[in-house]
Amino acid sequence: MDLFILMLAIPLVSGALLTVVGERAWAPNLNIIASLGTFLASALLTAEIVAAGPRFAFGEMFFIDSLNVFFVALTAFVGLTTSIFSGPYMRNEQEHGRLTRPRLRLYKSMFQLFMFTMLAALTTNNLGILWVAMEAATLTTVLLVSLYRTPASLEAAWKYFILCGVGIAQALFGTILLYFAAERVLGETGNALLWTHLVDVKGQLEPAIMALSFIFLLVGYGTKVGLAPLHNWLPDAHAEGPTPVSAVLSGLLLNVALYAILRVKVLADGAIPGGFAGNLMMGFGLLTLVVAAFFLSRQKDIKRMFAYSSIEHMGLITFAFGMGGAVANFAGLLHMTMHSLTKSAIFFTVGHASQKCGTQLMEDIRGLIKINPVIGWGLMLGTLAILGMPPFGVFASEFMILTHAMKHHPWATPILLLALGVAFASIFGKVQPMVFGETQAKPLPHAPAITPVFVHLAIVLMIGLYIPPYLTRWFHEAARMLG
Amino acid sequence: MSAVSLSTQLINLFASVILLLAFAMLAQRRVLPLINLFALQGLTLCLSTLVVAFTTGQAHLYGSAALTLLLKAMLLPWILHRLVRQLQVRADVEGLINIPATMIAGIVLVMIAFNVALPISQLSSTISRGTLGIALATVMLAFLMMIIRTKAIPQVVGFLAMENGLFLAATSATYGMPMVVELGIALDVLVGVIILGVFFFQIREQFDSLDIRNLEKLKEH
Amino acid sequence: MNLFGTFGQLFAIALALVLAPLLTGWVNLCRAWLQNRSAPPLLQPYYMLHKLFLKDVVLAHGASHLFRFAPFVVFGCMALACAIIPTLSTDLPLAPAADTIALVGVFGLARIFISLAAMDIGTAFGSLGGRREMLVGFLAEPALLMVIFTTAMISQSTSVATIVETLAHRDFVIYPSLAFAGIAFTFVSFAENARVPVDNPATHLELTMIHEAMILEYSGRHLALIEWAASLKLYAYSCLGLALFFPWGIAEGASVFGLLLAIPALVAKLAIGGVLLAGIETLNAKVRIFRAPEFLGTAFLFAVLGLLVRLLLESRV
Repeated sequence: MDLFILMLAIPLVSGALLTVVGERAWAPNLNIIASLGTFLASALLTAEIVAAGPRFAFGEMFFIDSLNVFFVALTAFVGLTTSIFSGPYMRNEQEHGRLTRPRLRLYKSMFQLFMFTMLAALTTNNLGILWVAMEAATLTTVLLVSLYRTPASLEAAWKYFILCGVGIAQALFGTILLYFAAERVLGETGNALLWTHLVDVKGQLEPAIMALSFIFLLVGYGTKVGLAPLHNWLPDAHAEGPTPVSAVLSGLLLNVALYAILRVKVLADGAIPGGFAGNLMMGFGLLTLVVAAFFLSRQKDIKRMFAYSSIEHMGLITFAFGMGGAVANFAGLLHMTMHSLTKSAIFFTVGHASQKCGTQLMEDIRGLIKINPVIGWGLMLGTLAILGMPPFGVFASEFMILTHAMKHHPWATPILLLALGVAFASIFGKVQPMVFGETQAKPLPHAPAITPVFVHLAIVLMIGLYIPPYLTRWFHEAARMLG
Repeated sequence: MSAVSLSTQLINLFASVILLLAFAMLAQRRVLPLINLFALQGLTLCLSTLVVAFTTGQAHLYGSAALTLLLKAMLLPWILHRLVRQLQVRADVEGLINIPATMIAGIVLVMIAFNVALPISQLSSTISRGTLGIALATVMLAFLMMIIRTKAIPQVVGFLAMENGLFLAATSATYGMPMVVELGIALDVLVGVIILGVFFFQIREQFDSLDIRNLEKLKEH
Repeated sequence: MNLFGTFGQLFAIALALVLAPLLTGWVNLCRAWLQNRSAPPLLQPYYMLHKLFLKDVVLAHGASHLFRFAPFVVFGCMALACAIIPTLSTDLPLAPAADTIALVGVFGLARIFISLAAMDIGTAFGSLGGRREMLVGFLAEPALLMVIFTTAMISQSTSVATIVETLAHRDFVIYPSLAFAGIAFTFVSFAENARVPVDNPATHLELTMIHEAMILEYSGRHLALIEWAASLKLYAYSCLGLALFFPWGIAEGASVFGLLLAIPALVAKLAIGGVLLAGIETLNAKVRIFRAPEFLGTAFLFAVLGLLVRLLLESRV
């Protein structure tokens, strides 16, 4: 069977299946097996693409090239580790009485459907389908955010739905304008939304329409990326939803939304002379970075704080892609990967930590290293990694972004350094007493799944020390594609 | 007077009616008339799509028109009516700012939208190019409605009206998106409304009201 | 200035002076019928004017010259307005005296004088009415100007006669902008002529009245002139509306036959308009004075939408 179809079909079918059998005792295992299947299919597919080059599927509707294959592998991998993590985590939640069986069933089936929409968004060649998949991703996660049915989680989900709904509507308008511009060149065939066709004629697209279209798309998908000033939904949704959902939102959804922007940026760059799209992205990126950095210091809730950290990193990545060029694109892609892995690892440990202490308030979480040294060290290492300490991979990418900015956009360097410094001080200052310090917490009924945390951190560490040549080649190729 | 010109006039007329309905929705204080206005907007949208389809002979636009009629003029208003009945929303809707101020804000938005759309519609060769500005204005007015409304259902109606505006943009600028995409969008909208319906019950269970001013606890302190 | 034009102009003014009270009487008659009341005679406004002209003027102690001149100024303004608006023919020698914008100015001048006169005596009611009248005027005038700009953009001229000629000769084209402008104009007319949603001409309830509050201190021939001017204003607005939105039947150029044909057309249009006016007044309730801005805001909204739609949609039709 075609690996590509397998990769999309497994989450879709298992998502449907889990709505029926999701309350059985073995359902969490089915969830993990499905994620494992998806991951294996995507890993084999990646190997195939690396060996044989880009390919299409379903006519020209779906395609995999050097840019999205790397996101596909990452998405499937984080999906797998999250499903492993969520098994014991959700059981603990159930025994604490925060969740019921039907809600766990909803969680599992929605999780698989969410994976499906992410993979579909990543692999589709049609920018209209991309929009549909992004909207579907919002819809699948909105009920996950309100899974606890507390007033706060309902509010978070409502905000998430409305803000992302508005954002995604802007993106649809941008897509319509893009289609309008494309139709004038490609004619009224169904091909006018296919990226592979658009990229061939990008120089002929009307600049005025493309500029407007890109603004709408950037604002629209940017809402989902968490770009300021439309980032308000993100901390709420992360803090109030279950931790595995926070992990996939931060680790995957933000990436996929940014991926959508990157695809459009390639077209906009081709059509509009003068680096219009890049400048816009640099502006939004810097604003987001600064806003998030200064909000970081005021946080009391641990998940909220790391959500702001995600916004901050997304700002940095957007800025990197805005600068453009081989080095900055390489750094941006690397940073996206590193951030995905590190941030989901952090959310895993944070989930267990807050479960142990029975709170998400940082002032009540103390002495993790005494309760469970593994969790304590996991959180400490993850925090060091996300803050860009060497030898972790985040350091490598941040270093590249900074040096590139110093060389080509020196005016931005002080702002970047200031924001990163503020972020470092506020996060480290808060995590340190949580890890070390006195405590009286009790052990959990189900042993936490710690393996995913250390697998993620090990990869991040490895890439910080040594990037395998095939990965470098792959990043280079994707970076070249982004222009 | 050729047929093309007459259809352009008809499309312009329908577009103007859609814009007018967008304003009426902005000013409407009660829930049920608001939903009816939304249904009327969907119907007008369907008629305008039909005219475009008839004039250009684009077969898939008939499909879009039928989809609009079924979904936006019948199914969604029906679902919303049911929701209002089941949730027993009786209280009047109150905007955050008074109606004249809202109207002036609306006019300013329309002007912005027209200014943005004018250079683009001049590039368009479709018979309905002029309505692009109206489509953008409708989107912006729906956006405004979502901002000023404090109750959940009007916000959702605003969200759906925004979708109406986007659909008008799609038909006016480009004779509609490819059918696959349109079906996908329709599916998303439908699922979205159903999820929101579930959501309304959750909100009411928690707060005994659909006033989303209850949902303002999560803030930066 | 040719002889025929002069004659046509004089005839139009004379006809306005004669027909205006009749229109008021007709509207009152229809209203009474629709509300199941026994109707006053059709010619009641004439009897009223006749009676008032025969009575002596009683002036308040504090009345200044302004108070005495105001009725003449108001009447003069309204008569001029009726002369500029093409009621029967577009061949009007007086038309170059004022374009549509000046026409709005003429209405504004009348409003200022009647408001000043109302405040001149210093009674509570007069000041109250004058203030309310200025409020309504301040909201209605921008809307009226917007309506006029829309029509002026269609015909590329601000002269009333040219606008009417252009509109009467266009092909049958659906102008959404003109429809919006028409609705806005109807709203403004109701407010300006003290009709039901904003004011009630048939009441002297002190809390609500606007127009009647201003003229409480007038008597005798002054009151007659003001009542006549009010009729003329209604006539002028009706004719302006008919000329802008239903211009068919108005004579163009020097033709006796056209002029003769225009009279029954005008009378018929006014009669239908009167019935509609009475109907709308019967179906609606008077709104609170605080809601009047909302009503006129809607009118303004329609007018601006008309203008914008005109700019966007019809610039190349």
